[in-house]
Amino acid sequence: MNGTPRDLPAGMEGSHELEQWILTTRLADYVAWGRKNSLWPMPMGLACCAIELMAMVAPRYDVARFGAEALRFSPRQADLMIVAGTVTKKMAPALKRIFDQMPEPKWVISMGAFASSGGMFRSYPVVQGVDEIIPVDVYIPGCPPRPEALIEGIMRVQQLVEEGARAAQTGARAGRPAPAAGTR
Amino acid sequence: MPVSGKPVARPARPGLLEFTYLPSILKGMWITLRHMFRPKVTMQYPEQRWSLPDNYRGLPALVRDEEERVKCVACFLCEYVCPPKAIHIEAQEIQTGVEKGPRVFEINMLRCIMCGYCEEVCPEQAIFLTKEYTTVGVNRAEMIFPKEKLLEMGGIRPDPIKKWQRLTSKQGPSETAHEPVCAGRGTAR
Repeated sequence: MNGTPRDLPAGMEGSHELEQWILTTRLADYVAWGRKNSLWPMPMGLACCAIELMAMVAPRYDVARFGAEALRFSPRQADLMIVAGTVTKKMAPALKRIFDQMPEPKWVISMGAFASSGGMFRSYPVVQGVDEIIPVDVYIPGCPPRPEALIEGIMRVQQLVEEGARAAQTGARAGRPAPAAGTR
Repeated sequence: MPVSGKPVARPARPGLLEFTYLPSILKGMWITLRHMFRPKVTMQYPEQRWSLPDNYRGLPALVRDEEERVKCVACFLCEYVCPPKAIHIEAQEIQTGVEKGPRVFEINMLRCIMCGYCEEVCPEQAIFLTKEYTTVGVNRAEMIFPKEKLLEMGGIRPDPIKKWQRLTSKQGPSETAHEPVCAGRGTAR
């Protein structure tokens, strides 16, 4: 990655050239690097997907390796919402409010079939996809997905953070596309 | 109402040593230290993978037979049985002895709950659950997998039913109809 601070290669310890010791980067890249390696997820655990979410944080899968182990139960301190589970219409206003309370920049993972599309519950009390109320960045299929799939989703969000920084530099707005019609 | 049982007494006042918190801190550090010498349980996910059992249910996929023919005959049983109605099929006529095949076969992977009913109900053994479990997408449209992608995921699986052979041979279906069918799961990939 461009602008990632790394260790100097071996054999350069004795070098006196200034260029070997100074690393230049762009501020946006540096900030994005920091952000993507310290995503603080807001665990929006609504159903059994939350069990897999917990498994992802537990030692076996250990999401601390990706810097996302600090689950924040206050939306004010979080920048990644993981919607894990069935979003009922009764829960939807609370979920929307929690999302609105999260400070920008923020990302959303829709974990599992029920959060992503309503899944099996094609019925009146269930929101048919959480992207009807909040913008979603990454969708993960599965019922529930394995913790590996969620790690994959977090890696995808890290990519999006980086791409967002790139897009901001070139002047393009990193807007999320609206869900395509006919995909319900 | 009389109070039953004996209330728990407060512990004795902490001494000077407890007051400094040092014993508690050392006790905590000892636990941390002990864990450093225990076997490590973390699976380094992107590099290490879990070894899946043969009956693992991942994303569903269509398969071809050993002569690269699409085995699905568009009977709509999987679409009918699918609990979340994730499967969408449109049939067409084909000219290879079997009268029908799918023109459109889409599975909405965000609806799919990997229950395996489609695999169970399929009379042609044309749809199988693969061991794919780490797919993620950034929008809903890309998570609706079309026929081509499903066939690519499923790959080739030898056909124990041999319907083409049966339907195109002159003897008719009587000879091979009672052939024992062994559904070997987990051999698709």
